[in-house]
Amino acid sequence: MIDATDALRVEDLSIAYGTAPPSVSEVSLRVRKGEIVGVIGESGSGKSSIALAMMGLLPDSARVAASTMEIAGSDMKGATELDWGQVRGLKASMVFQEPMSALNPCMRIGPQIAEVLQIHGKADKKQARARALEILRLVQMPDAEKRLDYYPHQLSGGQRQRVVIAIAVAAGPDLLVADEPTTALDVTVQAQILDLIRSLRDETGMGVLFISHDLGVIGQLCERVAVMYRGRVVETGTARRVLEDPQHPYTRALLESIPRPSVPVRSPLAVIPAVNDFAEVPAVLEEAS
Amino acid sequence: MTDEVLQVRNVTQRFGHGDNAMTALDDVSLTVPRGGTLGLVGESGSGKSTLARAILLMRKPTHGTIGFDGADVTDLRGGALRRHRRRIQMVFQDPNDSLDPRFTVARSISEPLVAAGLGQKERRRRIADSLDRVGLPMDSAGRYPHEFSGGQRQRIAIARAMAAEPEFVVLDEPTSALDVSVQAQVLNLLVQLQKDTGVTYLFITHNLSVVHHIAHRVAVMHQGKVVEEGTGEQVMNAPEHPYTRKLLESMPVLYRS
Repeated sequence: MIDATDALRVEDLSIAYGTAPPSVSEVSLRVRKGEIVGVIGESGSGKSSIALAMMGLLPDSARVAASTMEIAGSDMKGATELDWGQVRGLKASMVFQEPMSALNPCMRIGPQIAEVLQIHGKADKKQARARALEILRLVQMPDAEKRLDYYPHQLSGGQRQRVVIAIAVAAGPDLLVADEPTTALDVTVQAQILDLIRSLRDETGMGVLFISHDLGVIGQLCERVAVMYRGRVVETGTARRVLEDPQHPYTRALLESIPRPSVPVRSPLAVIPAVNDFAEVPAVLEEAS
Repeated sequence: MTDEVLQVRNVTQRFGHGDNAMTALDDVSLTVPRGGTLGLVGESGSGKSTLARAILLMRKPTHGTIGFDGADVTDLRGGALRRHRRRIQMVFQDPNDSLDPRFTVARSISEPLVAAGLGQKERRRRIADSLDRVGLPMDSAGRYPHEFSGGQRQRIAIARAMAAEPEFVVLDEPTSALDVSVQAQVLNLLVQLQKDTGVTYLFITHNLSVVHHIAHRVAVMHQGKVVEEGTGEQVMNAPEHPYTRKLLESMPVLYRS
């Protein structure tokens, strides 16, 4: 069962807040090392709850249950805050949507990267700056040496997201959880950040769990995808198969709601009726092979 | 009689002085045909929102003129400016910010009607009519924004714009904050409203596939200039300017096919 090549393996994950019905039910996901897996869903589908659960970052009010929950071989089922401290940053790390709120505005970016290395014993104080520079170059920051001494506000949105990614990959994690990392960026910058995530995966062999509402971005980057609807996975498969030949009616409706050149201009786009409960339709799950 | 409802001629907008001077709009000229949609595409800082402000006469440009319905409106003041403003409405990106949470839907929709000096009876008729047009139930009028979903709130904002029976509506990223399935509903609604009323749209967005779908003509802005203008087909399939090509290449393949 335990596969050393898995960056993430979670089975039957459920997340509930307070007395409300669960916002995530029976979700199983697997991310192998070196693989990019996308989770796609609209607002309220539960995709961000999953991302936070994989990092142990849900509030205490959330009840998390799973039959399996392993990050790079560590069993995180019922893990305490102390256990998560051993995993976060080192084995798994996270990139958020808004780089400006993820970075410390009062701290130069060099020390922000170096901090991670020192906390995880990857470098002592003397080496930290040199290592931070290496990592800043790894994320393809232009003029990296000069920018080590910049504050976040001196950088553009895309450069800030590069710094956030640098901090995330600094300690060489096996799993990167990226929650809408390009949603706040312009489309040309988005393309660069997607390229960066792909090339970091190629270089480091980490697995990536990529959360997005954007089918196009998921199709561009991911090898496999899971489509979420009302807290459940309704379809999984290779990104290509799911986007070109969607089997579940929700996935089909989602695709048909996107304006594309193949759709006649100003013709009505498909609408997902609020009353239509796609959850009644059995999920289309393809075993990861 | 002209069939162009809006003419932007050689508009330049500068901010700041000396070393801090920057040119937000650089000799921009555009026309929008009556009953059509001009899509204005550009990334952050390209000047698209500054141009919208100039068109709405919220800021007088450094140079150039804004023509509306054949008349130069750049220097309108007082009562003439107020009368002109009734003919133009605006829909913003985020209905959570553009609707007052303490106002009922009816009060939000009637604000521009009060400003236009309409009587109570006429206002009631317009509120009912515009709610019906955007597909919201009649009992929405007495409810508050928090009782609606994001897509419904954007419908309320559109109802408010349409209630004034404008000739021209500026839509600034009206679907960017919405899920794709909700975006589809709002785009369908905007197309239908245009068919029914003949209203003209300026649709501002960063999303090329949305603009290709909804707009009759597309203008691409970059660093304060309109670098390309043409039909959606021309811009998407045969882009001439290197920046437009870069923008298209950056788009995920799904939106290009």
